[in-house]
Parts: sequence; structure tokens; C-alpha cells
Amino acid sequence: MTDAATLFGLLAAALVGIGLYALIVDPQPLRKIVAFNVVGNGVFVLFGAIAHRGAGSGWGGDPVPQALLITGLVVAFSASALAIALLLRLHDVAGSATLATDAPAPVSPDGNAADA
Amino acid sequence: MEALNLGALNLGTALVILALAVWTVAARDTFAAVVGFVAYGLLLTLVWVQLRGVDVALTEAALGGGLTGAMLIGAAARLRRTEGAARAERPGVPTRVAAALLAGCVTAALAVAVLALPDPAPTLAPETAANIAATGVGNPITAVLLAFRAMDTLLEAIVVLFALIGVWSLAPDRAWGGRPGPLQRADPAGILAYLARVLAPIGVVVGVYIFWIGADRPGGKFQGATILAAMWLLAVMAGLVDTPPTDRSRLRIALIAGPVVFIAIGAAGVAFAGAFLAYPEGFAKLLIKVIEWALLPSLAVTLALIVAGAPERTET
Repeated sequence: MTDAATLFGLLAAALVGIGLYALIVDPQPLRKIVAFNVVGNGVFVLFGAIAHRGAGSGWGGDPVPQALLITGLVVAFSASALAIALLLRLHDVAGSATLATDAPAPVSPDGNAADA
Repeated sequence: MEALNLGALNLGTALVILALAVWTVAARDTFAAVVGFVAYGLLLTLVWVQLRGVDVALTEAALGGGLTGAMLIGAAARLRRTEGAARAERPGVPTRVAAALLAGCVTAALAVAVLALPDPAPTLAPETAANIAATGVGNPITAVLLAFRAMDTLLEAIVVLFALIGVWSLAPDRAWGGRPGPLQRADPAGILAYLARVLAPIGVVVGVYIFWIGADRPGGKFQGATILAAMWLLAVMAGLVDTPPTDRSRLRIALIAGPVVFIAIGAAGVAFAGAFLAYPEGFAKLLIKVIEWALLPSLAVTLALIVAGAPERTET
């Protein structure tokens, strides 16, 4: 049986791939944000597995990367929050939530017809 | 025997997480996908525990699964009507095949890197152990966050604040300075209001406890602040309290107080200890405590208001 660091390191590699595929293929912006978070989780778990391999001095992991992970999680949350707020604003203004350049003319609630 | 069982448990956890990640990506309904993402986030905390990062596990559960999940569920509910149209824009087979090839190559490259990691692994644990006594704290993560890499933590507190400013700046002009989010009209005798009344006091105690023990055991201000923010959001969703108007100066002072104290102590380090964010000998633990106490309320308010979203309602 492989050790935890290797097993979860491989899991992390798979998560990055799954997230990356969905980030490219899924047309819905909210799903892209979720997919980006899956990629982020993969990166974090990989970093955590490397931190665990650096265990020493009586600790189960290298505390420096673990502390940086906490910082990373908070920053990832902030970025996701801003992305979601942008998306909700786009939805309010344009009446749709699409990234397509040739989107059908939106029905705007406040009469701001898109560049038609 | 026990090691074998733990190995099997780890393998099972990894497989369930993998399946949930695929579900999150493949589910047709966005709402279902987001709910899958929350469950997946909670299972990731088990991975963190197994990787001996209990501080990271607490952060992942509170922030990754909790607050991010709440935000995504809220957004999925509001965007539900647009989903059908957006789904039709799915790219053709060539793009999907190319994306699958790219993703497969990235995963394969990472997997090779994981299997080829150097042995023995490079580590800063001995350096941390050698210098932790100077900080006076017992939790090495707290020592790294507030002494050895305090600059990261300062910038992180400011990133969170900037994210809130970014979210607020997306308010329509008529709602600027108003209350964030829609007015919640939950049944005051309903189960949600009951849950908010019973759970919030317990949650506040848990949040403060996790903050309090952070100096010497797993925990700290980010995890504590996230739990406090979640309890306040629960009370908001249950309609027990309303979100505050964002133009209130007391609120804005609460938002910046933590980072301002942090920067002031950092600047004082230039005068008294010879470097920005350096602590004079013997005062490290006291100053770390002051920074943590100042950051906790600011972070809790900032995180809660980020989830509450852009201002939408003005008093009229």
C-alpha cells in the first residue's frame, strides 16, 4: 500500500486534470468558477502532500508550506467571491450569464440594450 | 494490520473524492453540481487530516466547504433561469477531445512529478523548530504565519479587504452604500429561525475557542473568523438580523482596524527592531497576540460581507 503523501499527490494530479477539462469545456461561467476551484484544490493538495513528506522535528508536516496553504485558501476564497460577484452583476445588467461573443440580444431589465 | 486499514481508508477517501469531483464537473444541473462540490470540500478535510495539516483542515472545512459553498449555492439559485440557454453553447467534439488530451497530459506530468519527488524531502521543519522559541508560541503554523512569514499574512488580510471593496464596487449606483443581499423573509417560527437561534451561540463559542487556542494548538484567527462569519450569515438567512448599510462609518472602521494595527506594529518594528514586521526581543508573543486580536473581528466582518455580496437595497 502506498503512503498517504504519494496517494493524495496522485489524487491531486487527477483533480487538476478534471478541473482543467471542465474549465475549458463547460460554457457556463459559474461552472467554470467551480472547475477553477477544483484545479485550485488539486494544487493545494499536491502542496500539502509535499509538506507532509517534509515532516520533521516532531511535526507531521513542514509547517512553512502548511501556513502558506492557509494563506492560499483564503486568497482563493477571495478570488472566487469576486468572480461570483462579477457574474451576478453581469446577470443583472445583461439578463443572461454567458461568455459567448455572439449571444442572442439580451432582455435587459433597465433598458440598456447591449451594443445592438 | 492497522496501517493496512488506514491505507485502505485513504484509498477509499481518494476514490470518493475523485467520484465527487467528476460529479461536480459532469452533473447536468448546476445546483446539484454545487451541492456535490460542498460535499467534496468536506471530504477534502479528511485528506488534510491524513496529511497531518489539521490547521489546513479547519480552514478547508470552514472556508473551502462552508463559505465558498454558501456563495456558490446562492449564485446557482439566482442564475438558474439562464442555465438552459448557456448549456446550448457547449463546444463541439474537436474542442472537447483537445481539452481532454491537454488535461490528461497535465495530469500525467503531475503524476510523474509526484512519483519522482526527491528523497529525503526538502524541509524547513528543523529551522522552524530551532527558532520557534523566540516567538513564544507553541503552534508552528501560527509562528510561521505571524513571525517568520508575517508579510504574507499582512498581504493576505489586505487581499481579503480588497476583495470586499471589489464586490462592493459592483453595486449599481442606486444601491451604493445600501444593504447587501436580498431581504430575507424566513418564517420566524420555522426550522431555519430555530436552527439559527440554537446553533449560532454554540458556533460563536466554537469560533472563539478555535481562535483562542490557535497560539499553541491547531486553530487561529482565520478559522475562528470564518466560523463567526458563518454564524452571522446563518442569522441573516433566518431573517433574525439584517445586513448593515455599507456606508456606515463604524462598519468601515471595523473592516480596516485589523490591517491598520498590523501595519502599525510592522512599522514600529522598523524603529524598535530594525526591520519591517520584526518584533523586539521578548515582545514577540505579546505583539502576535495583539495582531491576532485586532485581525479576528476585522476578518470576521470582512468574510461575512464578502459572502453577503454587493449592496442591493437602500433605505427609502
